[in-house]
Amino acid sequence: MQALVIAAHGSHLNPDASDPTYAHADTIRETGAFDEVREAFWKEEPHFREVIRTLESDEVFVVPLFISEGYFTEQIIPRELRLEDWDPDRWESDGTSASQATLEAEDVGKTIHYCGPVGTHDAMTDVIIQRAETATENPDVGEGVGLSVVGHGTDRNENSAKAIEYHSDRIAERDRFDEVKALFMDEEPEVDDVTDYFESDDIVVVPLFIADGYHTQEDIPEDMGLTEDYRLGWDVPSEVDGHRIWYTGAVGTEDLLADVLLERAADAGADIGDAREAVRELAASVAETGADSGPEPNAGAGAGD
Amino acid sequence: MTVATDDLEALLDRASSGVAFDGLRIDETDDGYSLEAGENRWPGLDEAALGRALESSDEYVTNWRYWQETVGGEGTARRAFLRWCERAPLADAEDAADAEATVDAPLAVPERYDALRDGIDREWGQLSITARFVDIDDPDGERVYDLWHVDDADSDLADLEVYDEPRDAREIATHDDDGRYRPLKTAPTLPAGWAFTGLSGDDLVDAIGFFYPATIANWHRERRGALDVDHWLETAERQTGIYDVIDELPREAVEWMAEACCVDSQCLRRREWEYEDGDELDADGGDGPFPCREPCSLVIAAARKWAILESEEERTYELELTTSERNQLEELIDAVAEGRVDEIREADVNDGANRYRARYLRAKRFGEEGLEATPVDE
Ligand code: SF4
Repeated sequence: MQALVIAAHGSHLNPDASDPTYAHADTIRETGAFDEVREAFWKEEPHFREVIRTLESDEVFVVPLFISEGYFTEQIIPRELRLEDWDPDRWESDGTSASQATLEAEDVGKTIHYCGPVGTHDAMTDVIIQRAETATENPDVGEGVGLSVVGHGTDRNENSAKAIEYHSDRIAERDRFDEVKALFMDEEPEVDDVTDYFESDDIVVVPLFIADGYHTQEDIPEDMGLTEDYRLGWDVPSEVDGHRIWYTGAVGTEDLLADVLLERAADAGADIGDAREAVRELAASVAETGADSGPEPNAGAGAGD
Repeated sequence: MTVATDDLEALLDRASSGVAFDGLRIDETDDGYSLEAGENRWPGLDEAALGRALESSDEYVTNWRYWQETVGGEGTARRAFLRWCERAPLADAEDAADAEATVDAPLAVPERYDALRDGIDREWGQLSITARFVDIDDPDGERVYDLWHVDDADSDLADLEVYDEPRDAREIATHDDDGRYRPLKTAPTLPAGWAFTGLSGDDLVDAIGFFYPATIANWHRERRGALDVDHWLETAERQTGIYDVIDELPREAVEWMAEACCVDSQCLRRREWEYEDGDELDADGGDGPFPCREPCSLVIAAARKWAILESEEERTYELELTTSERNQLEELIDAVAEGRVDEIREADVNDGANRYRARYLRAKRFGEEGLEATPVDE
């Protein structure tokens, strides 16, 4: 038997923070690729600390639903899961290349395949592009369009910027968009000045965040000048300084993210059959029908604590 | 009652290696098979006679089938929990709490079969679980489970929102009756008005996992004497980052914290963690059925606040209050702490926590800077 654990942050204050975790877990449940699929959280229940014991499977694949490598993926999650012999060097990562490490969970005697976070997986590049397609409702979006991947910045985690730049570079290499730029909330180059960095009239802005919340639904839209007050909402696209800004909201809510979770587990040796195809088909059909919730401003979302 | 032919075949297949389960026992001896079903014994049977004897012991046969074939999972928390649901003997009954052994003695197969026709009720926190046969008139041993809020025990099913997908439990458990988010799943604020009916055993366990995550696993560990408790100090010392400070919380404050957060009125888990091994807290740990094996994330987050607040120096203030106003402060704090504020009637000016009384006190005693109190130790 094999189990998938999706390890996410969660929130004590904002119930929406865990929505993407549940949504992607449900998608993967539907594929039947794992005997058990379980959500686990730092701030909600089941806590990282207790999750492994709720499983019957002996082989457990843990994928952090986080954007970058750093404090959570290297310290908190392995410590709280009681992974014996964990050491960040086991990932041999330069900050964006963690794949997996196989360890024992001390309290339960199960084998844990501890994977790198979803945010730095190569497949995340496709999710960012898919996000641009869903937001513009154009499956061929690219020509005459600039794309910006937005991250938090380095105040909390030095690898956070690396993840943003990594995907920006990969998208740029594909020559699909006229321009690609990594921008940040808390460091240069800043998302506030988004229009300074693009010549294209149309700019798609994709925040590389897991859940919609304070940053993606309040800070960034106001900083970019999409709206005076986030509570009033904004249009997609919005006019700013003669450019049209297509703001997509957090990439983590994109349906295709379930595919990245599956890939992480498969890279670590999980047998997932044709689950990826099923998820990709589902995500594509949702994107086509536009049934996705899209970047609705969420006035009720409080700060992620 | 019906015994399916394949049940008989499965049992006959296994007879040579021996079967022993819930009062059903088949052994192969030198003079044929011996069968035991509850009080009844048949020695020296040939295969055909064994088949006939099993047919007359249908309850034992279908019971065997349900547990060994449908549920399976020997040694798992899931299986133990489902057995607990119908008051079946548990493998680890020796370790079980004495109170339960006397009040809720396990039932042997015939009594359990009688009871399953009417449904066997169990409570799990604010959840009420009924185990019953799928087919009550002609039971074939297959069980299903109904799940609802204990407050709805007497409600008509037609008045409840009926669900059959365990994941829907997540939605139900997200907000309380006042629409407030419930970050602590074991807070006694689960809203009523819903029911899951006819769940399979696996689905029941999943639904409970969404309502009260990890409670079944820890309950099972506790029964087997394998609950691994992490006490306050070790949990606090493990923390890093912004939570690094919480091990500085004075012991006394940990006591207040447990009293504030972990008592039955706030949390249905039974606090099993203490200050440290051999140093118990006085605060009541509660009577919940599921043990709490270490301070939860909510308590850790609150502890950080208190660790910061407790690092402040105490000071002496002088302020003018009438005796009634001093008492009113007590009533205000008490009303907030007990979550009673919303119940105080608009015109009930006898209650110190009444809004007009509070506004009057503020108008009278608060200046520009808030409460007019002078530090006297400067
Ligand atoms: S630490 Fe206290 S409040 Fe938290 S789950 Fe345990 S008993 Fe409940």
